[in-house]
Amino acid sequence: MDRFPNHRFLPYALVLPSITVIAIFLIYPFGQAIYQSFHRINPIRRQLVNVGWRNYLEMFRSPEYLYSFRNTFIFAVLVIGLGLIISLCIALLTTQNIRGSGFYQVAFVWTYAMSPIIAGVMWSLIFDPSIGLMTNLIGNLTGYWINFFNDTVAAFILVTVASIWVMLGYNIVFFIAGLQNVPYELKEAASIDGATTWQVFWVVTFPMLSPTVAFLVFVNTVYAFFQSFGLVDVVTMGGPNRSTEFLIYKIYKDGFGRMQEGQAAAQSVVLFIIIAIVGAVQIYTSTKSAVYDR
Amino acid sequence: MRVNRKLITKIGIHAILILTLIVVAFPIYYAFVMATHTHQDAYAFPPKLMPGKELFANISEAWQRVKMATLLKNSTIIAISVSFGKITFSILAAFAFTHFKFRGSWFLFPLAMVTQMMPLPVRVIPLYRMMAQLGWLNTYWALTIPYLASTTGIILFRQFYMTVPAELADAARVDGATPMQYLRKILLPLSWTNVAALLVIEFVYMWNEYLWPNIAITASNMRVAQMGLRMLYTSERGAAEWNIIMAGTFIIMLPPLIVLILFRKQFSEGIAMQTTK
Repeated sequence: MDRFPNHRFLPYALVLPSITVIAIFLIYPFGQAIYQSFHRINPIRRQLVNVGWRNYLEMFRSPEYLYSFRNTFIFAVLVIGLGLIISLCIALLTTQNIRGSGFYQVAFVWTYAMSPIIAGVMWSLIFDPSIGLMTNLIGNLTGYWINFFNDTVAAFILVTVASIWVMLGYNIVFFIAGLQNVPYELKEAASIDGATTWQVFWVVTFPMLSPTVAFLVFVNTVYAFFQSFGLVDVVTMGGPNRSTEFLIYKIYKDGFGRMQEGQAAAQSVVLFIIIAIVGAVQIYTSTKSAVYDR
Repeated sequence: MRVNRKLITKIGIHAILILTLIVVAFPIYYAFVMATHTHQDAYAFPPKLMPGKELFANISEAWQRVKMATLLKNSTIIAISVSFGKITFSILAAFAFTHFKFRGSWFLFPLAMVTQMMPLPVRVIPLYRMMAQLGWLNTYWALTIPYLASTTGIILFRQFYMTVPAELADAARVDGATPMQYLRKILLPLSWTNVAALLVIEFVYMWNEYLWPNIAITASNMRVAQMGLRMLYTSERGAAEWNIIMAGTFIIMLPPLIVLILFRKQFSEGIAMQTTK
């Protein structure tokens, strides 16, 4: 650990840049957000008024907020659940002992470079009300001509599909890396002992993959709660009828559009708590399995 | 019989993978097809599924419409400076956490880890106020400095530095090298895979960043690429000019894609290193 004794001040100098940025641009503004969440701006005298828990209480009583919370939650579950299952299946197939597995592993990576906005733009072409291939396909097959920009459920589906798609590359890269860390001998030993492929996966592979799963759940949660902002802002603008007005978009609209900073700050604190819980679970899972390894 | 079943399984796997690949790649292909047609052909029936000849005309139209040169310049400056800043800061911090025993490290390391739980959006309003007070709105400062601390980077380099044999540092010390010389001449040359991996991660991340630039930037000469996408997409609400939109989309998605392709190998290796604890 201490490979250079006699340098007492150097380590502090080394961590100083990172810690300074963290203190000034992360901790301090976050503290302010907490402070603001207990205050409101008096529009007439333009000063901060302490309102106690009122921002929080009103938030949890507001049907608009609860609706946004519900939709964000469904969106997150779909993006995390479906997204991770699909990516794990693809990663499992590309790591089988087949010719060209290297090619497949590369071929799925590139969606990593796409931004949520690009995903939104590309999928809204596919779902375009007049020329969208999917719209026409569904229309011709079922007789239902869906307007994906005006229908609340359809717009929600559009946003979800684009989000799952854009996260595929990232998820697959991490799953492949995780799968390659599972020792081949372990799987071999299990199957010699008579375990079926299915059993080998659940008993050997999956437990060793749990830190990767926990990490990806965290990253996808961050995506669903924050990064989806660009997609929503460009493609649906929170509509139709607020069905895609996710929590982060509501914070943005309340804080910058409606100038309700206190209320928006209370919402950010709730968002932080959600992320902190998922993050804590992730850290717990990865440290637990590290012990398990040794 | 057994060989036969194995063969069928393998063919099945190939079939599923190819089919999935087509589905995943189709939106990009179709977007490209759109970018190569005239507005009229984009709306033709039956829909055109083969590329046309208007790609360069559409690109130049998109280029002028959103002042593409400015967007690309700004995004490149931001993505490169943040990537290099984060890499430098992370290497220094990871070096301190792995090679020194110092008071407060038990507290400082978790502090650095906590940053990943405070993504920019949860502190966006106070940060905006702060930038306004500093006079940093509409400057590169606002788009770079708040990003410079990186949990991912510190973990990535820490993970790697812990695997470097202690004898290396001991030998360097005995030879009279200072810690900084050891870092520069021995540790850094060993770290290029991680540096390249982090470069991909941070370049892609910054290039695709939208929420904060959208708030911190109002001046047209400071806009970034993702804001250009919004301008292209929302400018025409009647019959969307998909050919122009997609031509612009292709230009904007190219730089992060090139960085990913260039350093793909190091990126995968770096990720693999991060997942092994």
